[in-house]
Amino acid sequence: MDPQTHNPPAAGLAAAPDAHEHSGDKYQSTFITKYIFSQDHKMIARQYLITGIVWAVIGALMSVIFRLQLGFPEEDYAWLRPILGKWIIVNSDGIGSIAPDFYYAMVTLHGTIMIFFVLTGSLSGTFSNLLIPLQVGARDMASPFMNMLSYWLFLLSTLVMGASLFVSTGGFGGGWTHYPPLSALPQAMSGSGAGMTLWIVSIMLFIASVLLGGINYIATILNMRTKGMSLWRMPLTTWSFFVTAIIGLLSFPVLLAALALLTFDRSMGTSFFLSEIFIGGQPLDHIGGSAILYQHLFWFLGHPEVYIVILPAMGIVSEVLAVHSRKPIFGYKAMVYSIMSIGFLSFLVWAHHMFMSGMNPFIGNFFVVATLIIAVPSAVKVFNWIATLFQGKISFTTPMLFSIGFVSMFISGGLTGIFLGNSAIDIQLHDTYFVVAHFHIIMGVAAFFGTFAGVYHWFPKMFGRFMNETLGKIHFWGTMIGAYIIFWPMHYLGMAGVPRRYYRFDSFQAFGQFDSINQLITIATIITFGLQVLFILNFFFSIWKGRKVTSLNPWKANTLEWTTPITPGHGNWEGPIPEVHRWAYDYSTKGAIEDYVPQHHPVERQGAH
Amino acid sequence: MTALLVLLCVILIGIIVVQIGKVTELASKIRGEEEAQERTNRTQAGYSMIFMVLFLIGTVVSALYYKDSMLWYGPNESASAHGGSIDYIFNLTLFFTGIVFIITQILLFYFAYKYRARRGVKAEYISHNNRLEVIWTAIPAVVMTFLVVGGLEAWNEVMADVAEGEDFIEIEGTGYQFAWHLRYPGPDGKLGARDYKLISASNPLGQVWSDEKNLDDFHPSEIVLPVGKKVRARITSRDVLHNFYIPHFRVKMDAVPGMPTYFVFTPTITTEEYRAKLGALDENGQPKYPEWHQPSDPDDPESPAKFEVFDYELACAELCGTGHYAMRRVVKVVSEAEYQDWLSKQQSYYESTIKGTDNDPFATEAPAEAEALTDASQDMEEAPAEEAAAE
Repeated sequence: MDPQTHNPPAAGLAAAPDAHEHSGDKYQSTFITKYIFSQDHKMIARQYLITGIVWAVIGALMSVIFRLQLGFPEEDYAWLRPILGKWIIVNSDGIGSIAPDFYYAMVTLHGTIMIFFVLTGSLSGTFSNLLIPLQVGARDMASPFMNMLSYWLFLLSTLVMGASLFVSTGGFGGGWTHYPPLSALPQAMSGSGAGMTLWIVSIMLFIASVLLGGINYIATILNMRTKGMSLWRMPLTTWSFFVTAIIGLLSFPVLLAALALLTFDRSMGTSFFLSEIFIGGQPLDHIGGSAILYQHLFWFLGHPEVYIVILPAMGIVSEVLAVHSRKPIFGYKAMVYSIMSIGFLSFLVWAHHMFMSGMNPFIGNFFVVATLIIAVPSAVKVFNWIATLFQGKISFTTPMLFSIGFVSMFISGGLTGIFLGNSAIDIQLHDTYFVVAHFHIIMGVAAFFGTFAGVYHWFPKMFGRFMNETLGKIHFWGTMIGAYIIFWPMHYLGMAGVPRRYYRFDSFQAFGQFDSINQLITIATIITFGLQVLFILNFFFSIWKGRKVTSLNPWKANTLEWTTPITPGHGNWEGPIPEVHRWAYDYSTKGAIEDYVPQHHPVERQGAH
Repeated sequence: MTALLVLLCVILIGIIVVQIGKVTELASKIRGEEEAQERTNRTQAGYSMIFMVLFLIGTVVSALYYKDSMLWYGPNESASAHGGSIDYIFNLTLFFTGIVFIITQILLFYFAYKYRARRGVKAEYISHNNRLEVIWTAIPAVVMTFLVVGGLEAWNEVMADVAEGEDFIEIEGTGYQFAWHLRYPGPDGKLGARDYKLISASNPLGQVWSDEKNLDDFHPSEIVLPVGKKVRARITSRDVLHNFYIPHFRVKMDAVPGMPTYFVFTPTITTEEYRAKLGALDENGQPKYPEWHQPSDPDDPESPAKFEVFDYELACAELCGTGHYAMRRVVKVVSEAEYQDWLSKQQSYYESTIKGTDNDPFATEAPAEAEALTDASQDMEEAPAEEAAAE
């Protein structure tokens, strides 16, 4: 079936006059303009994805290193010395151990890289870039140049972060939350010197990148939808990218401001966050600042940030579940409204990270209520996903498996959020392994599962080939089981009160009795990390050697990206942009010949919807 | 050499797996894509069910297995007056979320299994169902309300400061890199003023010696508290953020430089009682919690059992630098008589360390300045010991 034949001659609003010039690849005729400084949203998406994969591997390797320390602190790590150099301390008996400074730098950079670079930069960068123009029917982003700039700032920021590990005082080790005074005073920790300066520079560049990207996504969605693509006809992927971009645009500048003030405190003698500090043998002059103020500023970004991470994954999963169950997503409008209300509420819950920070406990009341309200739209989304499976015709493809895995993880991680959002319980669970388990399951593993689902599902659109399904399935089951074995037992550690960010546990009776759990987690981490090699092999192998896509619409999906050529060129559609006549979820409608009706198919007069 | 071998094995396994992937793909081509997909659906749907069963069993069994050491049952019971209310809300939440967890996980995997694609079966077009959606929006909302109300009631009670005229002991914990420095108010029951600019090797807290309330303050190396008496911990920090965390008491509060915080709690079980509880035997004479009967030093079977050396511990729960993991202080809860006995043995920091040295502000001149301050401290009387014991 050739979708082109259904296209009415009228093109959308987007770039219609010069459409033909673009499809002639005038703008990407050389290797450099095509593959490096590309302004094509699809190429930028691939750049984001591959950069993200590289950083995900580095971030995961860091977790393997600190898990070694947590699981087997007595082991001899002298063999790591050729790679890690002075960060492995070798004692007089020749036994090497991981230096605490290095351990904390690993913990910090693991969090920073995974949250900012992989799950914010790369996840949004890949799929918003790839899918927004293709799904709303646009030739490219509103500003392709800004889009390119966004990627290069992103890459630059990751390189600065990487470099911060190699300064002589080491990378920053105060946690990705980088609370002052620890992050403000080089005397407090060796990583808080040059390492922290580079950390700040890197995150500032990153914020610029996110803002450039976000403005672009919003402008493209609002202004460049093809004819007939009303907001209420957009697929949930685009909806979630849209709301994600808005959240990012409103919250990231606050972190930028906070980082600027922190820089002033670090180098210009101001006292925004510092007061009455005696460190390194002498009192500092800073008086009147508030360390808690910084936490408010940070979490005003920090909490929306977790929705910036999870919303795109939710959108991807909603789309994949519908396509592979051959059913409309259940409660489309409820899904959109819950994305919106999650987006809105995400700005009203930040201080639930700060119940035990010393802020007035009375304020906590408000944030408890707001936090538990946000559980309602989240619950609605879970029920809708499950209802989408009901009476479907489910193909167990790899993207579908990852989507089911996502829902399972989202349930497990979401429910533990109800414990932590309740301030009374948080007294005991705050900053314990319960928190680590919670956020890794819900925004680490779940967001990764959403990413994997998206990669396996849209790989044919990105590279014109399929990824290997068998390898994909081994990857899925291995990761699913491995991730639960890693993070589930952490709940028990947390309930026992074991604090997070400890270099070792044996100095305390209460925390030192769980060696076997820690060893289990470490071994599972190494195996699960090893399994990701399978994904990487599969990914790069399939780019060149994967099974070729032979039909325009291999998953028989309704959205517009599948009306483009198998490997769309610059400008996406060779002819005019298709016009949209229906929503994105006409799967298995009664009376239709096939079990799907793409969005550009005209509605017959007496037709459904 | 071994590293090389391991690397070789890994590469080999990788190649084998890739080959398997290629072979199955070829096989599916030969068999016809549709049939291959149906086979895959069958096996994968089966795996989903197996996974679901094992996963749910795993979660329940592991919870039961770790119940003793972790789930706030048995030995990990709270040892403070407010701890019970936190544990109650926790268990209430566990109950509700446990139900939701099991039902939703079962539905998710069961639907996936049941509605796997089969030839001749069509999916049903179900786009929404308003009644159903209202119901499943309302149920979580109601349950949440229930949990929020319970949680907030406990929260506001736990976090309340001591009331005017209430009888309590004030102690002070000051975090610094990397230990807790403790201070008790001494016989006057009042902590003296501090100025961080006065901090020095001989004056670790920067106490203002012209404030008479400081003169009887003492700095113990461990926290000792009488059972059943309200304690207000004044929590401060000298350098970066720390967190005053006593897991058994369900006490946790950040220590913020420049802004003292507090946490009010009442220990209810003495250290001796808690040790006895951990070492308890069941009706058959077997240890109830065998893990606590192991020798405290694993290399020395003759060392006392773990329960015999158990202590409450004060820890740090806010990342504060490289020594964050080692800020341990012992907390002892004793009877009122033992507490008074301990108190009587403590010497004020001024008496023991400052008096008569070069740092003594009173060494050269009479404490004229201090007299002005005495008025304020006189109306605070020390709580009579009998009254506290009667509580």
